[in-house]
Amino acid sequence: MMDSMNGAVELGLLYALMALGVYITFRILDFPDLTVDGSFTTGGGIAAILIAHGTAPWLACLAALGGGLLAGACTGLLHTKGKVNGLLSGILMMIALYSINMRIMGKPNISLLSTDTVFTPLSPQYLIPVLAVLVIAVKLLLDAFLRTDLGLALRATGDNARMIRSFGANTDNTTILGVSLSNGLVALSGALITQQSGFADISMGIGMIVIGLASVIIGEAIFGARTVFLATLAVVLGSIVYRIVIALALRVEWLDASDLKLITALIVIVALVLPSLQRAWRQKAVARKRSADFAAVAAKSSTGGGR
Amino acid sequence: MKKLWLSLVTTAVLLTAAGCGSKPADNTQGAGGSSSPSPSAEAKKSYTVAISQIVEHPSLDATRKGFLDALKEGGLVEGTNLKVDFSTAQGDPTNNLSIAQKIASGKNDLVLAIATPSAQAVVQQVKNAPVLFAAVTDPVGAKLVTNLDKPGGTVTGASDTNPQAIANLMDFIAANFPKVKKVGVVINEGEPNAVVMTEKAKEALAKKGIELVKAPVTNTSEVKQAAQSLVGRVDAFYITLDNTVVNGVDAIIQIANDKKIPFFSSDRDTVEKGAFATVGFKYYDHGYQVGQMAVDILKNGKKPADMKITVPDKLDVILNLKAAAAQGITVTDAMKSAVKDPKTNIIQ
Repeated sequence: MMDSMNGAVELGLLYALMALGVYITFRILDFPDLTVDGSFTTGGGIAAILIAHGTAPWLACLAALGGGLLAGACTGLLHTKGKVNGLLSGILMMIALYSINMRIMGKPNISLLSTDTVFTPLSPQYLIPVLAVLVIAVKLLLDAFLRTDLGLALRATGDNARMIRSFGANTDNTTILGVSLSNGLVALSGALITQQSGFADISMGIGMIVIGLASVIIGEAIFGARTVFLATLAVVLGSIVYRIVIALALRVEWLDASDLKLITALIVIVALVLPSLQRAWRQKAVARKRSADFAAVAAKSSTGGGR
Repeated sequence: MKKLWLSLVTTAVLLTAAGCGSKPADNTQGAGGSSSPSPSAEAKKSYTVAISQIVEHPSLDATRKGFLDALKEGGLVEGTNLKVDFSTAQGDPTNNLSIAQKIASGKNDLVLAIATPSAQAVVQQVKNAPVLFAAVTDPVGAKLVTNLDKPGGTVTGASDTNPQAIANLMDFIAANFPKVKKVGVVINEGEPNAVVMTEKAKEALAKKGIELVKAPVTNTSEVKQAAQSLVGRVDAFYITLDNTVVNGVDAIIQIANDKKIPFFSSDRDTVEKGAFATVGFKYYDHGYQVGQMAVDILKNGKKPADMKITVPDKLDVILNLKAAAAQGITVTDAMKSAVKDPKTNIIQ
């Protein structure tokens, strides 16, 4: 049990970078970006092929980040300059990346079992603390960036593009930047996952967007998202919670193997529905209280004696 | 430049000649009465072979390589007297169908379909050329042929499961690992062959009083967590020819080595990578077998209708001694004696 919990936290932290990327597009830019399924593999593929050819692992991670930035920039360009619908531009980039990833990797599956990776010098007990520091550092950098003028413009683009355009900001550029940054983080996550699990595979990115969205939504539901600082923290924690839930689901005896996707869907549905149910309840309670007060007042006034 | 061109031509001519020279002398066997053409005519004759492969995948790529090498052995060299039209659907069912339609509308001397989905599409579309399939687990279940011994149409090929392999491996586990009471399987239940094989393994293990525990995945990225969930609950790992899991197998090898859990696989390639043992064969050999069938059809005039479906014939226990050390397994003499061909099948 301990093993799978440790493993869940580890994976949760590694996927948290991807979830932060999804948070940028999904929550800040309000842009449904499906490039993620492709750019995750791009990151893993670039890292794997470079490390297999003897590049230093940290350099490979940087190269993967660069690859993700490029992929995201392409999606952003398609959407802003090519005037392609946002959902469609992400989908187009995602399928294009399949072939591009094949070209990068040269073969569908690259094994890194006997090669040195970023994690080789770390002894297992330090892995989680080091990862936690890394993820928190990335989170704080992202927070800091979102507080700069450029970051504020980016946030405003998602909130009210027309308004920020009237202030003289170029929303095309902020969109491209945001989507690019998002996919850079996703690719970096892919590069780290590849090194931690010992392989890159052409299909490793499939379903990533769902995991990213699930992490964002679960995090927001449990930990709230009042400020950017809290929201990004919630995303990181959400990613870990998601992995822990899956780890638990994998150990439940009466669940069938094929139920796994359904569990993922249920987790997200609960996380989405619960807050709105709570709101409705609160409103009902307030309404009940008010009508009770009103009835009391009415009862009082009716004891005012006859005419 | 001219020199290079010249040397290329001479090599090609030499190779073709060598190819014709290395033809087996008993080419009358199974030629169905058709007289084989004279060598000079053969040197001129060029063949077109179309290959459809569902997705780029290590085992499937090895199958293709084995196939082409067998053709080369049989005197069909790509670029001289052989044109290979290779297409991959990159895992997309729609592309898969388009590729089959493209092949059907072309003029091919032979079509090779690698993996079940490709074979199903090709068999459905291509009627004007002999079709061979490879890397198919259940040809009858996939409705490619109705009879394994006498296919009777234009389709034949090789199945990549020897029905005995799984039972043999489970017997090997039960005989040599008395402490193993539970075997954990990481499985993608979206893959029919994985489900069939896991069922077979479960039956074989039940006979020995061993329980099988499943951990589900739907994608390679989930393999690591699924394997982690089995740690502490099982005494050994086993995986089938499950494409999803085989592609993520490095993660399982890591965990097996870290936690000292013996890891058994269903294919040789995985054992070479770092699983401890399997009863199996090489996909390259499997492809080579199909390539030999192709040479029989193209050069010796055999008809697919009366060529029976082959299964991997080089079935043997394959052990990886390095993996044994990493997983804390003491390799006994009994284990070693189970290997028929220690020279190739005990990997140091």
